[in-house]
Amino acid sequence: MAAMVQCVNIHKQYLQRKALSNINLKMEAGKIYGILGPNGSGKTTLMKIIADLHRQTSGEITICDQSPSYKTRALVAYMPTENFIYAWMRVRDAISFYDDMYQDFDRAKAEDLMQFMELDMKQKVSSLSTGQRARLKISLTLARRAQVYLLDEPLNGLDPVSRTKIKETIIEQFSEESTMLISTHLVLEIEQILDYVFFMNHGEIVIEGEAEALRMERGKSVEEIYTEVFSHA
Amino acid sequence: MEFRNDQPIYLQIMNDIKMDIVSGKIAPGDKLLSTRDLALAIKVNPNTIQRVYKELEAEEICFTKRGMGTYVTEDEAVIQRTKEELADKMVEDFVTGMKKINYSVDAIIRKIKNDKEGEA
Repeated sequence: MAAMVQCVNIHKQYLQRKALSNINLKMEAGKIYGILGPNGSGKTTLMKIIADLHRQTSGEITICDQSPSYKTRALVAYMPTENFIYAWMRVRDAISFYDDMYQDFDRAKAEDLMQFMELDMKQKVSSLSTGQRARLKISLTLARRAQVYLLDEPLNGLDPVSRTKIKETIIEQFSEESTMLISTHLVLEIEQILDYVFFMNHGEIVIEGEAEALRMERGKSVEEIYTEVFSHA
Repeated sequence: MEFRNDQPIYLQIMNDIKMDIVSGKIAPGDKLLSTRDLALAIKVNPNTIQRVYKELEAEEICFTKRGMGTYVTEDEAVIQRTKEELADKMVEDFVTGMKKINYSVDAIIRKIKNDKEGEA
Protein backbone atom coordinates (compact mmCIF):
# COMPACT_ATOMS: atom_id res chain seq x y z
CA MET A 1 0.00 0.00 0.00
CA ALA A 2 1.19 3.50 -0.77
CA ALA A 3 2.53 5.40 2.21
CA MET A 4 0.65 8.53 3.24
CA VAL A 5 3.57 9.73 5.31
CA GLN A 6 7.10 8.62 4.65
CA CYS A 7 10.25 9.70 6.46
CA VAL A 8 13.61 8.56 5.19
CA ASN A 9 16.72 9.10 7.29
CA ILE A 10 15.43 12.18 9.04
CA HIS A 11 17.94 14.03 11.19
CA LYS A 12 17.23 17.11 13.24
CA GLN A 13 19.98 19.04 14.92
CA TYR A 14 19.39 22.01 17.18
CA LEU A 15 22.42 24.18 17.83
CA GLN A 16 24.07 21.97 20.40
CA ARG A 17 21.66 19.13 20.65
CA LYS A 18 20.74 16.26 18.40
CA ALA A 19 16.95 15.96 18.47
CA LEU A 20 16.32 13.24 15.90
CA SER A 21 18.61 10.86 14.13
CA ASN A 22 18.06 8.39 11.38
CA ILE A 23 14.27 8.31 11.58
CA ASN A 24 12.62 6.01 9.06
CA LEU A 25 8.89 5.84 9.33
CA LYS A 26 6.04 4.91 7.05
CA MET A 27 2.34 5.46 7.65
CA GLU A 28 -0.39 3.84 5.57
CA ALA A 29 -4.07 4.68 5.17
CA GLY A 30 -6.49 3.10 7.61
CA LYS A 31 -3.96 2.58 10.37
CA ILE A 32 -3.39 4.20 13.74
CA TYR A 33 0.24 4.54 14.78
CA GLY A 34 1.64 5.13 18.22
CA ILE A 35 4.85 6.91 18.95
CA LEU A 36 5.86 5.95 22.44
CA GLY A 37 8.70 7.36 24.45
CA PRO A 38 9.60 9.37 27.53
CA ASN A 39 9.59 13.15 27.65
CA GLY A 40 12.34 14.60 25.51
CA SER A 41 12.69 11.56 23.26
CA GLY A 42 11.82 13.53 20.13
CA LYS A 43 8.14 12.69 19.64
CA THR A 44 6.97 16.28 19.35
CA THR A 45 9.86 17.31 17.12
CA LEU A 46 8.99 14.54 14.69
CA MET A 47 5.33 15.51 14.67
CA LYS A 48 6.19 19.12 14.03
CA ILE A 49 8.32 18.14 11.07
CA ILE A 50 5.43 16.13 9.61
CA ALA A 51 3.15 19.11 10.29
CA ASP A 52 5.58 21.44 8.46
CA LEU A 53 6.23 23.50 11.60
CA HIS A 54 9.87 22.45 11.82
CA ARG A 55 12.35 21.57 9.09
CA GLN A 56 14.58 18.54 9.30
CA THR A 57 18.33 19.10 9.10
CA SER A 58 18.64 16.29 6.60
CA GLY A 59 16.61 13.45 5.16
CA GLU A 60 13.50 13.18 3.05
CA ILE A 61 9.88 13.43 4.08
CA THR A 62 6.76 13.17 1.98
CA ILE A 63 3.11 13.62 2.89
CA CYS A 64 0.78 12.13 0.27
CA ASP A 65 3.75 12.19 -2.12
CA GLN A 66 4.51 15.88 -1.56
CA SER A 67 7.25 17.60 0.37
CA PRO A 68 5.97 19.51 3.41
CA SER A 69 4.66 22.93 2.45
CA TYR A 70 1.57 25.08 2.89
CA LYS A 71 -0.11 22.55 0.58
CA THR A 72 0.53 19.60 2.87
CA ARG A 73 -0.57 21.66 5.87
CA ALA A 74 -4.05 21.53 4.36
CA LEU A 75 -3.85 17.73 4.52
CA VAL A 76 -2.49 17.42 8.04
CA ALA A 77 -4.51 17.97 11.21
CA TYR A 78 -2.04 18.50 14.02
CA MET A 79 -3.07 18.76 17.65
CA PRO A 80 -0.24 20.18 19.77
CA THR A 81 0.09 19.61 23.50
CA GLU A 82 -0.31 23.30 24.27
CA ASN A 83 -3.60 25.07 24.76
CA PHE A 84 -3.54 26.89 21.46
CA ILE A 85 -7.11 28.15 21.48
CA TYR A 86 -7.47 31.81 22.42
CA ALA A 87 -8.78 32.20 25.95
CA TRP A 88 -11.15 35.03 25.01
CA MET A 89 -13.08 32.83 22.61
CA ARG A 90 -16.26 30.98 23.38
CA VAL A 91 -16.60 27.37 22.21
CA ARG A 92 -18.63 28.49 19.19
CA ASP A 93 -15.99 31.10 18.28
CA ALA A 94 -13.35 28.39 18.29
CA ILE A 95 -15.50 26.38 15.90
CA SER A 96 -15.94 29.38 13.60
CA PHE A 97 -12.21 30.04 13.76
CA TYR A 98 -11.47 26.50 12.61
CA ASP A 99 -14.19 26.75 9.99
CA ASP A 100 -12.48 29.86 8.58
CA MET A 101 -8.99 28.40 8.82
CA TYR A 102 -9.49 24.98 7.29
CA GLN A 103 -11.30 24.07 4.10
CA ASP A 104 -11.74 20.49 5.23
CA PHE A 105 -13.45 21.48 8.49
CA ASP A 106 -16.85 19.86 8.96
CA ARG A 107 -18.91 22.21 11.07
CA ALA A 108 -21.83 19.83 11.59
CA LYS A 109 -19.45 17.16 12.78
CA ALA A 110 -17.80 19.63 15.15
CA GLU A 111 -21.17 20.53 16.61
CA ASP A 112 -22.02 16.85 17.11
CA LEU A 113 -18.69 16.29 18.80
CA MET A 114 -19.22 19.23 21.16
CA GLN A 115 -22.47 17.67 22.22
CA PHE A 116 -20.85 14.28 22.77
CA MET A 117 -18.07 15.97 24.74
CA GLU A 118 -20.65 17.90 26.75
CA LEU A 119 -19.24 21.27 25.85
CA ASP A 120 -21.52 24.27 25.89
CA MET A 121 -21.26 26.47 22.78
CA LYS A 122 -21.60 29.59 24.90
CA GLN A 123 -18.90 28.71 27.39
CA LYS A 124 -15.72 30.77 27.42
CA VAL A 125 -12.48 28.96 26.71
CA SER A 126 -10.89 30.69 29.72
CA SER A 127 -13.47 29.10 32.01
CA LEU A 128 -13.02 25.54 30.70
CA SER A 129 -11.36 22.95 32.92
CA THR A 130 -8.22 21.15 31.77
CA GLY A 131 -10.28 18.12 30.70
CA GLN A 132 -12.77 20.30 28.83
CA ARG A 133 -10.00 22.13 26.99
CA ALA A 134 -8.50 18.83 25.91
CA ARG A 135 -11.91 17.69 24.70
CA LEU A 136 -12.36 20.91 22.75
CA LYS A 137 -8.93 20.61 21.17
CA ILE A 138 -9.40 17.06 20.00
CA SER A 139 -12.94 17.71 18.75
CA LEU A 140 -11.73 20.58 16.60
CA THR A 141 -8.86 18.50 15.26
CA LEU A 142 -10.97 15.45 14.44
CA ALA A 143 -13.74 17.56 12.88
CA ARG A 144 -11.33 18.23 10.03
CA ARG A 145 -11.56 15.76 7.16
CA ALA A 146 -7.82 15.52 6.93
CA GLN A 147 -5.59 12.86 5.40
CA VAL A 148 -3.13 12.75 8.27
CA TYR A 149 -3.95 13.27 11.96
CA LEU A 150 -1.19 13.97 14.45
CA LEU A 151 -2.26 13.91 18.10
CA ASP A 152 0.43 14.94 20.54
CA GLU A 153 -0.27 13.53 24.01
CA PRO A 154 -4.07 13.52 23.74
CA LEU A 155 -4.63 11.92 27.17
CA ASN A 156 -2.05 13.58 29.38
CA GLY A 157 -3.25 14.98 32.66
CA LEU A 158 -6.89 14.12 32.04
CA ASP A 159 -9.53 12.58 34.25
CA PRO A 160 -10.77 9.05 33.39
CA VAL A 161 -14.07 10.27 31.91
CA SER A 162 -12.32 12.64 29.52
CA ARG A 163 -9.83 9.95 28.56
CA THR A 164 -12.62 7.50 27.78
CA LYS A 165 -14.52 10.07 25.74
CA ILE A 166 -11.41 10.95 23.77
CA LYS A 167 -10.64 7.30 23.04
CA GLU A 168 -14.20 6.70 21.91
CA THR A 169 -14.05 9.71 19.63
CA ILE A 170 -10.81 8.54 18.05
CA ILE A 171 -12.29 5.09 17.36
CA GLU A 172 -15.54 6.50 16.05
CA GLN A 173 -14.13 9.28 13.88
CA PHE A 174 -11.15 7.52 12.40
CA SER A 175 -11.61 6.98 8.68
CA GLU A 176 -10.00 4.28 6.58
CA GLU A 177 -8.87 6.83 4.05
CA SER A 178 -6.76 8.67 6.60
CA THR A 179 -3.84 7.82 8.82
CA MET A 180 -3.16 8.80 12.43
CA LEU A 181 -0.13 9.21 14.66
CA ILE A 182 -0.61 9.43 18.42
CA SER A 183 2.25 10.27 20.75
CA THR A 184 2.09 9.28 24.37
CA HIS A 185 3.85 7.79 27.32
CA LEU A 186 0.53 6.59 28.79
CA VAL A 187 0.86 3.35 26.89
CA LEU A 188 -1.61 1.24 28.83
CA GLU A 189 -4.38 3.73 28.13
CA ILE A 190 -3.98 3.72 24.40
CA GLU A 191 -2.31 0.53 23.24
CA GLN A 192 -5.59 -1.19 22.36
CA ILE A 193 -6.32 1.33 19.66
CA LEU A 194 -2.91 1.24 18.02
CA ASP A 195 -2.15 -0.84 14.94
CA TYR A 196 1.54 -0.18 14.90
CA VAL A 197 3.97 1.29 17.40
CA PHE A 198 7.29 3.08 17.30
CA PHE A 199 9.32 3.22 20.50
CA MET A 200 11.42 6.33 20.58
CA ASN A 201 14.40 7.10 22.76
CA HIS A 202 16.99 9.86 22.53
CA GLY A 203 15.75 10.85 19.09
CA GLU A 204 15.87 7.39 17.59
CA ILE A 205 13.33 4.68 16.89
CA VAL A 206 14.54 1.76 18.97
CA ILE A 207 11.74 -0.77 18.41
CA GLU A 208 8.86 -0.84 15.98
CA GLY A 209 6.21 -3.29 14.90
CA GLU A 210 2.56 -4.27 14.69
CA ALA A 211 1.16 -4.05 18.22
CA GLU A 212 -0.42 -7.52 18.01
CA ALA A 213 2.75 -9.07 16.63
CA LEU A 214 4.82 -7.57 19.45
CA ARG A 215 2.39 -8.98 22.03
CA MET A 216 2.54 -12.38 20.37
CA GLU A 217 6.33 -12.51 19.98
CA ARG A 218 7.13 -11.32 23.45
CA GLY A 219 4.12 -12.55 25.40
CA LYS A 220 3.83 -9.08 26.88
CA SER A 221 1.61 -6.06 26.53
CA VAL A 222 3.04 -3.08 24.68
CA GLU A 223 3.10 -1.30 28.03
CA GLU A 224 5.25 -4.01 29.59
CA ILE A 225 7.63 -3.86 26.65
CA TYR A 226 7.76 -0.10 27.09
CA THR A 227 8.61 -0.43 30.78
CA GLU A 228 11.28 -2.99 29.98
CA VAL A 229 12.89 -0.85 27.28
CA PHE A 230 12.83 2.43 29.14
CA SER A 231 13.69 1.32 32.65
CA HIS A 232 17.23 0.81 31.35
CA ALA A 233 17.21 4.02 29.36
CA MET B 1 -13.05 -5.12 28.48
CA GLU B 2 -9.96 -6.11 30.42
CA PHE B 3 -7.23 -7.78 28.41
CA ARG B 4 -4.55 -10.19 29.48
CA ASN B 5 -1.06 -9.12 28.67
CA ASP B 6 0.40 -12.29 27.27
CA GLN B 7 -1.90 -12.74 24.28
CA PRO B 8 -2.79 -10.72 21.20
CA ILE B 9 -5.99 -8.78 21.77
CA TYR B 10 -7.72 -10.24 18.72
CA LEU B 11 -7.41 -13.78 20.14
CA GLN B 12 -8.91 -12.68 23.43
CA ILE B 13 -11.87 -11.03 21.73
CA MET B 14 -12.37 -14.10 19.52
CA ASN B 15 -12.41 -16.25 22.61
CA ASP B 16 -14.97 -14.00 24.28
CA ILE B 17 -17.30 -14.18 21.30
CA LYS B 18 -16.91 -17.97 21.16
CA MET B 19 -17.81 -18.19 24.84
CA ASP B 20 -20.92 -16.10 24.26
CA ILE B 21 -21.96 -18.31 21.35
CA VAL B 22 -21.29 -21.60 23.12
CA SER B 23 -23.02 -20.49 26.32
CA GLY B 24 -26.05 -19.35 24.33
CA LYS B 25 -25.69 -15.68 25.20
CA ILE B 26 -25.56 -15.13 21.46
CA ALA B 27 -27.93 -17.44 19.55
CA PRO B 28 -27.21 -19.22 16.26
CA GLY B 29 -28.09 -16.92 13.37
CA ASP B 30 -27.80 -13.77 15.51
CA LYS B 31 -26.24 -10.69 13.98
CA LEU B 32 -23.04 -9.52 15.62
CA LEU B 33 -22.33 -5.85 16.27
CA SER B 34 -20.82 -3.94 13.38
CA THR B 35 -17.05 -3.62 13.40
CA ARG B 36 -17.16 -0.04 14.55
CA ASP B 37 -19.83 -0.57 17.19
CA LEU B 38 -17.97 -3.43 18.78
CA ALA B 39 -14.72 -1.45 18.57
CA LEU B 40 -16.43 1.40 20.39
CA ALA B 41 -18.05 -0.85 22.96
CA ILE B 42 -14.77 -2.40 24.06
CA LYS B 43 -12.53 0.49 22.97
CA VAL B 44 -10.17 -1.23 20.62
CA ASN B 45 -8.94 -0.46 17.14
CA PRO B 46 -11.59 -1.23 14.46
CA ASN B 47 -8.90 -3.07 12.47
CA THR B 48 -8.56 -5.51 15.37
CA ILE B 49 -12.29 -6.27 15.23
CA GLN B 50 -12.07 -6.69 11.48
CA ARG B 51 -9.42 -9.29 12.04
CA VAL B 52 -11.56 -10.99 14.72
CA TYR B 53 -14.48 -11.32 12.31
CA LYS B 54 -12.23 -12.52 9.51
CA GLU B 55 -10.70 -15.23 11.69
CA LEU B 56 -14.12 -16.29 13.05
CA GLU B 57 -15.27 -16.56 9.48
CA ALA B 58 -12.26 -18.68 8.56
CA GLU B 59 -13.21 -21.02 11.42
CA GLU B 60 -16.78 -21.02 10.04
CA ILE B 61 -18.16 -19.78 13.34
CA CYS B 62 -19.49 -16.68 11.63
CA PHE B 63 -20.44 -15.69 8.12
CA THR B 64 -20.89 -12.40 6.36
CA LYS B 65 -23.92 -11.38 4.38
CA ARG B 66 -22.73 -8.83 1.91
CA GLY B 67 -23.65 -5.35 2.98
CA MET B 68 -25.67 -6.70 5.89
CA GLY B 69 -23.12 -7.62 8.51
CA THR B 70 -21.65 -10.60 10.31
CA TYR B 71 -23.85 -13.41 11.64
CA VAL B 72 -23.33 -16.40 13.92
CA THR B 73 -23.42 -19.78 12.22
CA GLU B 74 -26.57 -21.88 12.48
CA ASP B 75 -24.57 -25.07 12.11
CA GLU B 76 -24.90 -26.94 15.42
CA ALA B 77 -21.93 -29.16 14.60
CA VAL B 78 -19.66 -26.12 14.38
CA ILE B 79 -20.96 -24.78 17.69
CA GLN B 80 -20.44 -28.17 19.32
CA ARG B 81 -16.91 -28.36 17.93
CA THR B 82 -16.18 -24.87 19.28
CA LYS B 83 -17.52 -25.88 22.67
CA GLU B 84 -15.18 -28.90 22.74
CA GLU B 85 -12.22 -26.74 21.77
CA LEU B 86 -12.96 -24.23 24.52
CA ALA B 87 -13.40 -27.01 27.06
CA ASP B 88 -10.11 -28.63 26.00
CA LYS B 89 -8.31 -25.36 26.38
CA MET B 90 -9.76 -24.69 29.83
CA VAL B 91 -8.92 -28.18 31.05
CA GLU B 92 -5.41 -27.82 29.70
CA ASP B 93 -4.90 -24.49 31.47
CA PHE B 94 -6.33 -25.87 34.69
CA VAL B 95 -4.26 -29.03 34.66
CA THR B 96 -1.10 -27.08 33.85
CA GLY B 97 -1.77 -24.88 36.88
CA MET B 98 -2.43 -27.83 39.17
CA LYS B 99 0.69 -29.66 38.01
CA LYS B 100 2.71 -26.60 38.94
CA ILE B 101 1.63 -27.13 42.53
CA ASN B 102 2.48 -30.84 42.26
CA TYR B 103 -0.95 -32.38 41.78
CA SER B 104 -1.00 -35.58 39.77
CA VAL B 105 -3.88 -36.16 37.37
CA ASP B 106 -5.35 -38.71 39.80
CA ALA B 107 -5.07 -36.28 42.67
CA ILE B 108 -6.75 -33.60 40.56
CA ILE B 109 -9.65 -35.92 39.75
CA ARG B 110 -10.01 -36.91 43.42
CA LYS B 111 -10.02 -33.28 44.43
CA ILE B 112 -12.69 -32.32 41.93
CA LYS B 113 -14.87 -35.23 43.01
CA ASN B 114 -14.53 -34.37 46.70
CA ASP B 115 -14.98 -30.63 46.24
CA LYS B 116 -17.97 -30.91 43.93
CA GLU B 117 -19.81 -33.77 45.66
CA GLY B 118 -22.15 -31.54 47.60
CA GLU B 119 -23.04 -29.42 44.59
CA ALA B 120 -24.46 -32.09 42.31
